[in-house]
Amino acid sequence: MHEDELYEEHVLDHYDQPYHRGRCGHPTHRHEDDNPLCGDVIHMEMEIDDAGRIHEIYFDGDGCCISQASASMLVERMDGQTVEAVQKFTANEMLELFGPRLTPNRQKCCLLPWRVLQVAVCSPITHRHDQAAHDQRQSGNTHVRTGQGKSD
Amino acid sequence: MINANREIPMSAPAKERAIDAESLRRDFPILSTRSPSGAPLIYLDNAATTQRPRQVIQALVEMYEEHYANVHRGIHWLSDQSTDLFEESREKVRAFIGARHREEVIFTHGATEGINLVARSWGDAHLAPGDEIVLTEMEHHSNIVPWQQLAERTGAVLRWVEITDDGQLQLEQFDRLLHERTRLVAVAAVSNVLGTVNAVDEIVRRAHSAGALVLVDAAQSVPHQHTDVAALGADFLAFSGHKMLGPSGVGILFARRELLEAMPPFLGGGSMIRRVTREGFQPADLPAKFEAGTPPIVPAIGLGAAIDYLRTIGMEAIQQYELELSRHAAEALSAIGGVRLLGPSPEKKSGIVSFAVEHIHAHDVAQLLDRRGVAVRAGHHCAMPLHKRLGMNASVRASFYFYNTHDEVEQLSAAIVDAKRIFRRA
Repeated sequence: MHEDELYEEHVLDHYDQPYHRGRCGHPTHRHEDDNPLCGDVIHMEMEIDDAGRIHEIYFDGDGCCISQASASMLVERMDGQTVEAVQKFTANEMLELFGPRLTPNRQKCCLLPWRVLQVAVCSPITHRHDQAAHDQRQSGNTHVRTGQGKSD
Repeated sequence: MINANREIPMSAPAKERAIDAESLRRDFPILSTRSPSGAPLIYLDNAATTQRPRQVIQALVEMYEEHYANVHRGIHWLSDQSTDLFEESREKVRAFIGARHREEVIFTHGATEGINLVARSWGDAHLAPGDEIVLTEMEHHSNIVPWQQLAERTGAVLRWVEITDDGQLQLEQFDRLLHERTRLVAVAAVSNVLGTVNAVDEIVRRAHSAGALVLVDAAQSVPHQHTDVAALGADFLAFSGHKMLGPSGVGILFARRELLEAMPPFLGGGSMIRRVTREGFQPADLPAKFEAGTPPIVPAIGLGAAIDYLRTIGMEAIQQYELELSRHAAEALSAIGGVRLLGPSPEKKSGIVSFAVEHIHAHDVAQLLDRRGVAVRAGHHCAMPLHKRLGMNASVRASFYFYNTHDEVEQLSAAIVDAKRIFRRA
């Protein structure tokens, strides 16, 4: 792979002028996750109607050109699609949508938004908020997680 | 012939010659390779791991081809030979860091293991709920997480010394944080991100007067500057072989003999025992007490060869030369608009130059530099709390060794300009 190819116009366009970067007006579903290897963060939120169609979808995040541009491409592709279409959209299709061939390390950057979206369509907001509030009440304090995680 | 008991003089050569990087580079086969893009390799990731000269590689080959057997075990001559070379390497390390006794030099698998050994053995035995450990904001995760784990096990509390905006320790905070409950200060001699050279002697003095011990994470200092543990007064000091021309898989924990004698063993197994019965075991004498199992025999001998090589160059000369490279890099990178340099001015640093390029993520910078053969590290460099303090998720780090050249600094600078051009798409 040649990096001139990786940072091609199409990718840089999405990085510089992302599609629907920001917040959704009336989100019903949302999810956020990061790539522990590099710290890239992607937040996805969307309004899904009763028929399972995505009315509006936005992303936000912080990270490298690959993760942010691929989020923009994915959001553009899925705007107006059904949840079923999202769930049928494979990781390989995501890599194809992105375009330039990526090394395994950078594939993780590209697939972060895809991974976040797959969880987001199954993460209704009200339920999550209730659950979070419930957990907070149960534990009574904030717990610092010191479990395992790759940090290098 | 091999003589493990031969004492190696501590002092550095009286007068060291200036570094001739072009000539030294010829000892490093990998430095003449090319990257897949066809560009000559410009290796600026030495804080992660250095390359090795032929002399070290050859020592490993000779070891496997002529001398290898397990150490401290066999009656046969090959085992004797292997043992002698292994112990000779320990003596080289002792002299190189100025330890008084060979038993104070413990072979580990790396700096990380050394720190964990102290946390598990000394820490578990000596810390009680409410005892305190003082760390700094600029520590590598390997000098944070073992103490967090220790705090979880014992109920000890961690205290943090903060840094100034230009990446130096706020030394006066030690006076506020150090008191009778402080058991340990754990501090890096040199920051692996900022390159800041910390005043470890001053920190040791303050910690000792408060009755606390000091563990020095010397992973970024021993390879680049003269080290004298006795003069420093450090209680514990850990470093890795692979950051100083040696093989990966070997490191050193130095600890004062009285401390090691009082500490319980860390890992249990072969070598670390004097006697085992069904009822229990008696630990071996130092240093074997802390070297359970078959040690990293060949890497340890390779580390000895690396020390031989470094001594022929001289640590003062290396430090001086890296300072010149850092100064050059700081000037060149400052001249490029939109590059934020992290850490203090070059005079207060080692050969580590970390930076951020406006509007371009660190990973993209690193990828574009790689296209021109420039190998740098991008990310949080195992120092997430430090990056949080700096207000960033990731930075780019160029780190030098004595085989890097001023021309390579220019290439780094040109590659950053090129990266900016691609992203700006002028």
